[in-house]
Amino acid sequence: MYAVEMKDIIKRFGSFTANNGITLLVKKGEIHCLLGENGAGKSTLMNILFGLYRQDSGEIRINGKSVENHSPLAASRMGLGMVHQHFMLVDALSVWENVVVGLEPGGFRIDRKESIRKVQELSDRYHFELNAEEQVGNLSVGMKQRVEILKTVYRGAEIIIMDEPTAVLSPPEVEQFLMILRDMRADGKTIIFITHKLKETLAVADRITVLRAGKSVSTIEAGNASARELAGMMVGHEVDLEIERPFNEAGGAVLSVEGLRLLPNAASTVSFDIREGEIFGIAGVEGNGQKQLEEMIMGLIKCREGRISVLGKDVTKLGTRKRRQLGIGYIPSDRLNRALLSSFSLEDNYLLGKQFSDNYVRHGIVRHKAVKEAAGTLMREYDVRAAGMDQAAGSLSGGNQQKLVVGREASDEPKLIIACQPVRGLDIGAIHYIHEILLKLRKEGKAILLISAELTDIQQLSDRIAVLYKGEILAARKNEDFTEEEIGLLIAGHREAV
Amino acid sequence: MGSADMRSFLAFLGRSLAAVLLSFAVSALIMLVSGYNPALAFASMIRGSFGSANSFANTLSKSVPLIFAGLACAYANKGGIFNIGCEGQLYMGAFVSTVTALSLRGMPRLFVIIASILTGMAAGAAVGSFNGFLKAKMKLNEVVVAIMLNYICRFFTSFFVSGILKDPDSETPQTLPVGEHYMFSKLIPKTQLTTALFLALIAALAMFFFFRETRAGYNVRAVGENGAAAEASGINVARTMILTMAVSGGLAGLTGVTEVFGKSERFIDGFSPGYGFTGIAIAFLAGNHPLGILLSALLFGIIQAGSMKMSYEAGVSTSMISVIQGLVILFVATPELVSIRIGRRRTA
Ligand SMILES: Nc1ncnc2c1ncn2[C@@H]1O[C@H](COP(=O)(O)OP(=O)(O)OP(=O)(O)O)[C@@H](O)[C@H]1O
Ligand SMILES: [Mg+2]
Repeated sequence: MYAVEMKDIIKRFGSFTANNGITLLVKKGEIHCLLGENGAGKSTLMNILFGLYRQDSGEIRINGKSVENHSPLAASRMGLGMVHQHFMLVDALSVWENVVVGLEPGGFRIDRKESIRKVQELSDRYHFELNAEEQVGNLSVGMKQRVEILKTVYRGAEIIIMDEPTAVLSPPEVEQFLMILRDMRADGKTIIFITHKLKETLAVADRITVLRAGKSVSTIEAGNASARELAGMMVGHEVDLEIERPFNEAGGAVLSVEGLRLLPNAASTVSFDIREGEIFGIAGVEGNGQKQLEEMIMGLIKCREGRISVLGKDVTKLGTRKRRQLGIGYIPSDRLNRALLSSFSLEDNYLLGKQFSDNYVRHGIVRHKAVKEAAGTLMREYDVRAAGMDQAAGSLSGGNQQKLVVGREASDEPKLIIACQPVRGLDIGAIHYIHEILLKLRKEGKAILLISAELTDIQQLSDRIAVLYKGEILAARKNEDFTEEEIGLLIAGHREAV
Repeated sequence: MGSADMRSFLAFLGRSLAAVLLSFAVSALIMLVSGYNPALAFASMIRGSFGSANSFANTLSKSVPLIFAGLACAYANKGGIFNIGCEGQLYMGAFVSTVTALSLRGMPRLFVIIASILTGMAAGAAVGSFNGFLKAKMKLNEVVVAIMLNYICRFFTSFFVSGILKDPDSETPQTLPVGEHYMFSKLIPKTQLTTALFLALIAALAMFFFFRETRAGYNVRAVGENGAAAEASGINVARTMILTMAVSGGLAGLTGVTEVFGKSERFIDGFSPGYGFTGIAIAFLAGNHPLGILLSALLFGIIQAGSMKMSYEAGVSTSMISVIQGLVILFVATPELVSIRIGRRRTA
């Protein structure tokens, strides 16, 4: 018995075909993984299933019942739930309010106590470690994600679509998350799980469907699959994902951070230097001061204690624009909020952060031609797949948005790159590509601060690694002087591992 | 404009047009139900606004303040701010420019006119930027503040023109005339159509250019789209917001200035029939596009100019125009009313 049957789904956006005859069959009670490169059409297909988009042709059945022109509300009623790639939460409201909205316990008045109790109970059951009364705006990205999951669970969804839920989670969080998935499956729930991480796929999936360029390549039993084979199916040819970090002579200090207090109650302050041609990796679970660090360096939040200098110049008191003009490229961890103008064209998005540079604006007038050219080059070099330069950035696939941001911030010869979660949401090919880019930038003598929750990122790329825990650096050493186990323990706060 | 840009603009134009037509249809129905002849009413409205050179001039002159008010609202909207304070800003603009002209009496014409325009704009800008300041720095809701400022400006001017600045020979609260000599030149004699029309066209073109071609315009749009991303790109968001409201207020100020120097020749207490609020509707109908505003202001100008004739030829009350205008906005604001039906039919 299939919980979900989608047959020959076709969906076009203008002249572009995002889904070109996809068939997806999901059995009841299984974890079904949907794989595919960035822009393969996974989110589009799921949005159609959930009733957010309407397919141009093709047939959908949910639990054997044919559905047509259904709305997300109708989908929910049929037991479908969706956790989106981009959060759909109200920052100003608390966790419980976000979870119960639309389905509040109580009659005319919302039963506040009961709501909080229910939400807290659910959160505790799945070890989400959420405080139901906390305001969502204060939560880290990883925590917001849990609120999203809580929302569907609360709504009693039987078939749950998860679009890259693990992209924002740290390795231990991923482990927990996969446990949750297994629990849900044991509960009889059906799960469609989109991820770019083959390890996760192989760990939980019962069956796997691979999409490529808008078509379904095939559906296989997870038991018979290998990472290499899957990667090959996704890109259509053999892939080589080996990466090498050659020795690179580091030069003078580009970024110096001295005595920075990241969190008000941190046990100590943070200090480090990053030199030319060096990648300095910050390992650790998100929410341990990473966000504060990136925003303090960029001048987006005040630093109350400590000093930041770039190329010997004290920038602690400077605004963001002045700092950028010193040659800082900034890849924010929260790309949708901090790095993109969703409804603006790709060209306009390319200009963001470069509008104060003479290369693109002369005497206050935007040089559209230069912007267009540079944006075009970027899109070719980074393989940003879009219908055209006029496409709204918000409608790019998640991975393509990230490539756009990385490419933009790496262009125009920055001296320092603040790269926060730079490969979040990217497919393996694209991750490999971004890794190569970062190493190339390093070779060109750029200083790179790499903040990533992905331990593999940090280990493959960094010359030196610092582990951030509760706003302090527990240890900072050369990459070679850490074992993976040590880093893992430090990330979890085991100071004695040093 | 790129082709996709163009396509979405055309789609937008189509939607607006559909909304306008639909609102005319519904108004016709209302007229029918209340026992009037809608065909006659619309015919006389058209005659009233296009019937002769003079009536067309009248239509255009009615559109001028609507253009300025529409541009003022659209400018703020682009920057992500809802400027419901245009009404107060335009009162201050009209008032300060009148006072300027009155106190410079005897000076050369061009000098006085330019000085009056500038001070009028500055007055509107001052009110606007104060509003913007409270929003950007004090995090006060701009709408609440603007509504209160509207009262303050309105009664501030009222206080002066009822008291020390009142024309002693007049019954009603109004200032002395600034003098025929200092008025904008008429484009057609014996009408109210003046060179203010050119000023309005220039303002619209300038705004079009500004948002398309300049960094400042880009920054305003970026702040309007996503403040957090704008900030991370290096834009000073608070300052941009304040400046946005200053420019918007300046444009609103021009609405008042051109009313005085194009039509009334003096500041008359309570002169505005709610231009500032109509401006919101006009900007909305035009999707904040400066050139679209010319069209939607013209439409509202036609409706208003034709209303007199409609009233005495077809007997339909002039308040019918408020109904039509209201319906236009309703249909623009709820595209679902129009398009979902169409969409359903297509997929079924
Ligand atoms: N609203 C839209 N308008 C135009 N094009 C769109 C729209 N939504 C998606 N697309 C295009 O359709 C393609 C598929 O996008 P989709 O979001 O489904 O990819 P995806 O497989 O989820 O990729 P990712 O792994 O990067 O999230 C992309 O090339 C994207 O640019
Ligand atoms: Mg996606």
